[in-house]
Amino acid sequence: MVAAVHLVRTSRRFGATLALDAIELEIAEGEFFGLLGPSGSGKTTCLRLIAGFDHPTSGHVEIFGQRCEDLPPYRRPVSTVFQDYALFPHMTVLDNVAYGLMVRGIGKAERYTAAREALALVKLAGFDARRPSELSGGQRQRVALARSLVTRPKVLLLDEPLGALDLKLREEMQVELKALQKRLGITFVFVTHDQGEALSMSDRIAVFDHGRVMQVGSPEAIYERPEVPFVADFVGGSNLIDGAGLGHAGVEPGRYSLRPEKIVLGRPAGDGAGDGAADGAIRAEGRIKAILYQGGQHRVTVALPAIELTVLVPAAEARGLTVGETLPVSWRPEDMHRMTGAA
Amino acid sequence: MVPGATAASALAGAREPGFWTRLSDLLYRRGGLVLALLLGPPLLWIGVIYLGSLFALLLQSFFSIDEFSGMVKYQLTLKTYGELLNQANLDIILRTVVMAALVTLVGGCIAFPIAYFAARYARGRVKAGFYIAVMLPLWSSYLVRVYAWKLILAKEGALTWGIDRVGLTPLLDALLSLPVIGGPSLSFSYMGTFLVFLYLWLPFMILPTQAALERVPASMIEAAGDLGARPGQAFRTVILPLALPGVVAGSIFTFSLTLGDYITPQIVGTSRLFIGQAVYIHQGTAGNIPLAAAFSVVPILVMAVYLTIARKLGAFDAL
Repeated sequence: MVAAVHLVRTSRRFGATLALDAIELEIAEGEFFGLLGPSGSGKTTCLRLIAGFDHPTSGHVEIFGQRCEDLPPYRRPVSTVFQDYALFPHMTVLDNVAYGLMVRGIGKAERYTAAREALALVKLAGFDARRPSELSGGQRQRVALARSLVTRPKVLLLDEPLGALDLKLREEMQVELKALQKRLGITFVFVTHDQGEALSMSDRIAVFDHGRVMQVGSPEAIYERPEVPFVADFVGGSNLIDGAGLGHAGVEPGRYSLRPEKIVLGRPAGDGAGDGAADGAIRAEGRIKAILYQGGQHRVTVALPAIELTVLVPAAEARGLTVGETLPVSWRPEDMHRMTGAA
Repeated sequence: MVPGATAASALAGAREPGFWTRLSDLLYRRGGLVLALLLGPPLLWIGVIYLGSLFALLLQSFFSIDEFSGMVKYQLTLKTYGELLNQANLDIILRTVVMAALVTLVGGCIAFPIAYFAARYARGRVKAGFYIAVMLPLWSSYLVRVYAWKLILAKEGALTWGIDRVGLTPLLDALLSLPVIGGPSLSFSYMGTFLVFLYLWLPFMILPTQAALERVPASMIEAAGDLGARPGQAFRTVILPLALPGVVAGSIFTFSLTLGDYITPQIVGTSRLFIGQAVYIHQGTAGNIPLAAAFSVVPILVMAVYLTIARKLGAFDAL
């Protein structure tokens, strides 16, 4: 099957900086695809190349097998939901949504019917006559979404779609976007710097750093089996451990990632395992260096003889922990994921 | 002593607040007082000097002049406005309004691409260069610029010479032989007057247009293209409507400045009068203050009509 979007050794250079470094990326039809990375990692540049606002310095972009060098944005079967929504302030909500049909020369009655349908789809029926300035951030986002969907794009590009919304609204929209994508079956490509958002919404994620794709995979693969330290650290945060430096007989040399929530600090109440080494756990003594309150959990920094670990402790178990205290620390060797990727 | 007070006095260095501190505190607490102090004088100025003189002007136009004694009769009448509507005076008004409209229209067409380039593409040094290029003419005297143009446009001037050198003299002669806009030379024709006006007021058209275009987010233009609008469509449906308040602001400058000018048409152009010259002659040598006043009411009315139409057309919707 031909890919919905295929970036073929695509590079984009801005002066001295290489924003994208020979990216090779295939996005399948009907996929909800996340481009994840810190700011300046090239993910937005990538989106702009697909939309056609920008052009590769080398390599090329294919959309459903069609090479796009000579295809201006207005002739690509893609549509973008902009980070700032880019709603037209001099038009009503209805005219905004109908815009894509208007410029295609579709009659007033027909395009307004389609626009009203699209507005109903994003649960904004009845907002026809409002101006964008009279809407809240969440409503503006829905209008932008409806405006893009009304043109029936084959690929919908979303640039930090939820970035400007508050947490509660963001969680709601995550669910809604996901449901919408399932229903419409359109390929969604979205850019985010929020790893939680990427993990919860995407079918597959590409993690970007310094203009390069560090890893592509399902959310589970990205989180559970990071191939490089950057991915381990950027997605969810991780303890990066040098196997040789650990001095544990069962651990081979190499680079490992250990998730903070997999480490057990002290001895949880009612732990029947005893102190026997039969369970194979790696044990050490650590001194608490810092405790950060985070609501449902505490982020505890523990200094071991050779390394420093970050541990996430559920609030219920964190009571009584004090800075300076020395405690047993343990984790299971199989929770240490060995990273095999280059650099 | 309450703990808060101790902290406060410790903060202030345990010193009694001085005059300026107490004054600042007072003004900080009473925002209205600051507003009154800041706005009072200018409001007084606008109220008395601006609106007062405008009102006096309006009043003058409702008086008339005694044809025998040449004295102003202080009786309210519409006789002066009747005079304004005789053929000679109507010609003056029409001539001025058409000239102002053409200068505005052509000025807008020339200014827009320049403003668009400056707002969307020029960065750093190029942008600084743009500002200097646009503003530079304004640093020299208006009179100097008009006289410079008279020399450029004169029969023996640089332009005629240049046109002769590239062999386009027949074209210039053909232009000058046209009825109404032609004349013995560019500096003695409406074309000359038009060119000088266009040059003089162009910065006032470019700058507001550029400022308006600057405020149109790049993403909005991209969004138009993204939704399928060809560049021409994006221009008509998004860029132009969003820049229109700036264009209208610029056109108010060019239009009203042309309507009121009395020096340029006197130096470059035919001997036929424009409104400004008519006002100048009637209040000076002719001593017909009421007719001069009535003449000056015309640009105000024309501007009022223009702005009403602009508003009806939605020019200010994007504000």
